[in-house]
Amino acid sequence: MDYRDILVFAEQEDGELHQVSFEILGKGRELADRMGVQLNAVLLGWRVKDKASELVYRGADNVFLLDHPSLRDFDVIRYSRNIVKLVKETRPDIFLIGATRIGRTLAPRVAAALRTGLTADCIDLDLDEDANLIQIRPAFSGNIMAQIRTKTRPQMATVRYKVMRIRERDTRRKGKIIKMEVEVIDETGMKIVEKTRADEVNLAEAEVIVSGGRGLKKPEDFKLLQELAEVLGGVVGASRPLVDAGWISKDHQVGFSGNTVKPKVYIACGISGSPQHLFGMRDSDIIIAINKDPTAPIFNVSDYGIIGDLYEVVPILIRKIKNELRRSKNGE
Amino acid sequence: MNKPLDIIVLIKQVPDIEKVKFDFKTGRLDRSSAEAVINPFDLNALEAAVRIKEKIGATVTAISMGPKNAEASLRDAIARGADKAILLTDIRFAGADTLATSYTLASAIRKIGSFDLVICGEKTIDGDTAQVGPEVAEFLGIPHVAYVEEIREVNKDGILVKSKMGKHYYTIALRFPGLITVTKDVNTPRLPTLRDKIRSRKAKIPVWNADFLSDVAEINRFGISGSPTNVAKVYAPCAEKRRSRIFHEDLGDAAEEIVSVLRELSIIR
Repeated sequence: MDYRDILVFAEQEDGELHQVSFEILGKGRELADRMGVQLNAVLLGWRVKDKASELVYRGADNVFLLDHPSLRDFDVIRYSRNIVKLVKETRPDIFLIGATRIGRTLAPRVAAALRTGLTADCIDLDLDEDANLIQIRPAFSGNIMAQIRTKTRPQMATVRYKVMRIRERDTRRKGKIIKMEVEVIDETGMKIVEKTRADEVNLAEAEVIVSGGRGLKKPEDFKLLQELAEVLGGVVGASRPLVDAGWISKDHQVGFSGNTVKPKVYIACGISGSPQHLFGMRDSDIIIAINKDPTAPIFNVSDYGIIGDLYEVVPILIRKIKNELRRSKNGE
Repeated sequence: MNKPLDIIVLIKQVPDIEKVKFDFKTGRLDRSSAEAVINPFDLNALEAAVRIKEKIGATVTAISMGPKNAEASLRDAIARGADKAILLTDIRFAGADTLATSYTLASAIRKIGSFDLVICGEKTIDGDTAQVGPEVAEFLGIPHVAYVEEIREVNKDGILVKSKMGKHYYTIALRFPGLITVTKDVNTPRLPTLRDKIRSRKAKIPVWNADFLSDVAEINRFGISGSPTNVAKVYAPCAEKRRSRIFHEDLGDAAEEIVSVLRELSIIR
């Protein structure tokens, strides 16, 4: 039997589907249509049946549902064994997984078990004339792009969050939900003894990010950026040196080794714009840069650049925005 | 006294990413443009191993696959607290992707025989895949926890680690034999003392080649012949066109303009 169709791993946590799964379904749909094959999703969890239809609405033709109490929380052994079994039975040509921490924990085990190639953290996918997958990923801190090809099947790739477009939810779409038998593994050598909600800023989903870089003089000055972020309903980001220096926690880091962000507005305050930083924010809709140094590389990628001291510019911005907000509130 | 734990730390020698230059014509790194160092995340892995050794006793073995000169990184690992080191070097290991690399490293671990814990950095700064650790675990048939940010407890039978995945922190009890990959948050690696550096110069570092692993591995699964993926093409990322309006004198005007842009975008409503 030949390898055909595209399989997508639908990531869920506590029954909530991760956005990246919708993103890869969007891309997977496009590729499947070009290849004239089906797009399938695999969903593992417990009491997640209603989520399976969501995957159909987002583009899946078939959803392989593995619903069992043993799969409630992510356990890499239970998840990978069951997925490997499914892949062996259904023989997909392409298998895509979101490049989240869960995805990047799971995908390599599945690839090693299947002895197939896996390309990490793709930011685009394409097909050649023979419908082989072309996997595009950044390399060397985002300074170059590489096209990777895989000789073995399935061609496996993890796909970066927030780079692919989500298809509109279409509740009229029809698809099959196929209940699969779950292989229950009692002992995996791992046991979750505590699970606590991580109270962290979610940069990836923010519409406005106000980021600080080395132009900040001391950690307390993040308050100034925090104030600007608050009046705009946004969150605070930071470049790597400030995270490394311990001025702000890692979840705020924007850049190659931190978060890739795509907000409507990105305001870079005192950030010179290293390639590593630019990599993480250059897809923002509008980029505003404030920097004293007119030669700072950040200005090359900015829509609006203000050459000036952030300690002068940011307070003016806050004042003007507050005035504007007051005016709209008063219906002027 | 109890037998000390056997801990294996996987190390990669990488070019200093801040300094290395890239040759777009050949599609290769110009490795001579920057000095080679231990992958920074692997320093955290090594430090984690050395701390376990100090706490409950362990023998720490550093393994690296790479060219002959990767021996320098293994000497550095010994200076930083590893007891032993093994260098895997052979032209037949060269050109390996993550699958072949993991297979080779797992084969070397098999060759060593018994172990309790394998520790890896979460990823390397040059490859940036974060795949080798989990793939090694699969090849060895042992459980693994990736992205470990904290080691809470360790005893002869297992380790209690904290990892962030999705929207939660998970504290996971991992039974030995197992593998963990650690983030930079797990510890702050110490610097080797001068005495340690001198000591490391005298250390004997065995070199293992493909033939030496032939009783535990299939040689055609090493290196380029065992690698299902290949880089077909590399290119510079294209820069997106931006409006590039620059203000430098009247900051008030600049702020006005930006406020009107924010209004247009419905950020200010």
